[in-house]
Amino acid sequence: MANGEQTNSLPAANAFDRRNAAWYIDKLVQALIFVGGISAIIFVAGIFVFITKEGLGFILDRFDFVEFFTSEYWYPAEEEDPEYGILAMIAGTASVTVLAMLVAIPFSLGTAIYIAEFATGKTRETLKILVELLAAIPSVVWGFIGLSIMNPLIIAVFDVPVGLNVLNAGIILGLMAAPIMTSIAEDALKAVPDRYREAAEAMGATRWQVIQKTVLPAARNGLLGAVLLGVGRAFGETMAVLMATGHSINIPGSVFDSVRALPATIAAELGETAVGSEHYQALFTLGIFLFMVTFVINLSADLIIRDTAKK
Amino acid sequence: MFETSTLNARNKQVQRLVSILFLMMTLFLIVPVLIILGTLVVKGSSVISIDFLFTSPTEGMTAGGIFPALLGTVFLVAVDLVIAIPIGISAAIYLSEYAGNNWLTRVINLAIINLAGVPSIVHALFGLGAFVLFFGFGTSILAASLTLAIMTLPLVIVASKESMQAVPQAFREASWNMGATRWQTIRRVVLPNAIPGILTGLILEISRTAGETAPIMFTGAVFFTPFLPQSIFDQTMAMPLHLFVVATQVPGVPEDLPYGVALMLIALVLFMNALSIAFRAWLRGKKKW
Repeated sequence: MANGEQTNSLPAANAFDRRNAAWYIDKLVQALIFVGGISAIIFVAGIFVFITKEGLGFILDRFDFVEFFTSEYWYPAEEEDPEYGILAMIAGTASVTVLAMLVAIPFSLGTAIYIAEFATGKTRETLKILVELLAAIPSVVWGFIGLSIMNPLIIAVFDVPVGLNVLNAGIILGLMAAPIMTSIAEDALKAVPDRYREAAEAMGATRWQVIQKTVLPAARNGLLGAVLLGVGRAFGETMAVLMATGHSINIPGSVFDSVRALPATIAAELGETAVGSEHYQALFTLGIFLFMVTFVINLSADLIIRDTAKK
Repeated sequence: MFETSTLNARNKQVQRLVSILFLMMTLFLIVPVLIILGTLVVKGSSVISIDFLFTSPTEGMTAGGIFPALLGTVFLVAVDLVIAIPIGISAAIYLSEYAGNNWLTRVINLAIINLAGVPSIVHALFGLGAFVLFFGFGTSILAASLTLAIMTLPLVIVASKESMQAVPQAFREASWNMGATRWQTIRRVVLPNAIPGILTGLILEISRTAGETAPIMFTGAVFFTPFLPQSIFDQTMAMPLHLFVVATQVPGVPEDLPYGVALMLIALVLFMNALSIAFRAWLRGKKKW
């Protein structure tokens, strides 16, 4: 079709112009929905902008990279010479997270394998619902359980003076992180094509051999992603850790030592600080650090899981 | 021949053993939690009564009920829904009906994952910096609900998106062929078919929102206030924070009182979750396509 013909046919095209009220509404709604669509991006950017805005004063004036990450002394309320070292809190968060993963990884992967590969029918549905309900228990209730049930139990069983310690928080966090790890690991196992299992079974492999030699290697990335998300959950958990660790600044020497976690420090101290004070800004700087660490963990988990999904 | 059958017998035995082993691991995860919940019920149920639900705390929070906290949580959840529903559902519509397979969609999905993964205390810092201070809402129900809504937005988006994507493409094509615009198709065809799935997500949203503590600590919830909230610019008490307070901050609380508060909170949350699960099961049985 030549250009001239197209120009000539314009009046005719106008007769088919469907830009009526419905057309304009459609465009308007599309614009609104687009704004809603990118809202998640706006909010994540907003979180970064606003916590940076509040913490910036500290980062520019007072922040000492070496002191911040290598000093174990957190004395933000000192009048004369406050010190802002988060090493002990990093050690506290790390020890609790590691113990939580020691609890959560075997049991959540075991549960995922049982649900995906062994259980059938009603059992499977029931177990999935129970895991889902487990995930619904609020973190402050977990904290309360640590405080009121685990605490006396640990004192009685291990004959230690204080039951609010790494062990307590680690077990609580492990139980908290397990449901999400279970459901993501189960998704990863289900994503392994059945023909892999059939091929292995046709070769005479037992169910366990099929899982061990075929299913687990094929689902490896998804399982790793599940573990990473669990680490992210445990690392950022606030209320349960605040209530179950004992909340005392300490580099732990054993699982029976009380520790203090990074998120819990913000929750416990922010209410006592004046808006804009150095201590207040230092707590926002902690927030920026938490934001960046969880961002990296979630990003890697997503990349790893997506990578598997593509295959 | 004999060899094969002995091998098979052994394999069967190994298989049963492995199956039992994994079942044990599953039970190790579930049974302690059931015991813990049982303890909460045993110790907490003696505290709960009609009076407990409908009176204010008295004598420095060591006696009395939980009415202001219960009411505060209802307010927080209600305002949260008003904010989260339009934003969450429009985000879901965009992802399900408009978004192409391009970089923007990938960035949106990444943002949703991060929104869900950012620690709750960081959401609290954001709510304080943005809503309480920058937008000047003060510590109020509005600021707390905005913080909660943004934190739990991924739940609404993902549930709504999945139920819209489950509507068969043929439904949309039929509507377009009749001359309907995209929006008309979404409003008259996609949304009506997706609404039960969206509701399931919203019930989960209520359950999540009702149980969160950290995001409301510095944005709108207070330890104690003698007044019930009159508007969205008032502070309020809330169930999860109330549990934290009676469990850790107030001296001389009778031992059973926090159990009662914990039991009420968990009953509220698990009831909403069970409702959502039952709803989903009912839906699955009813689906026409």
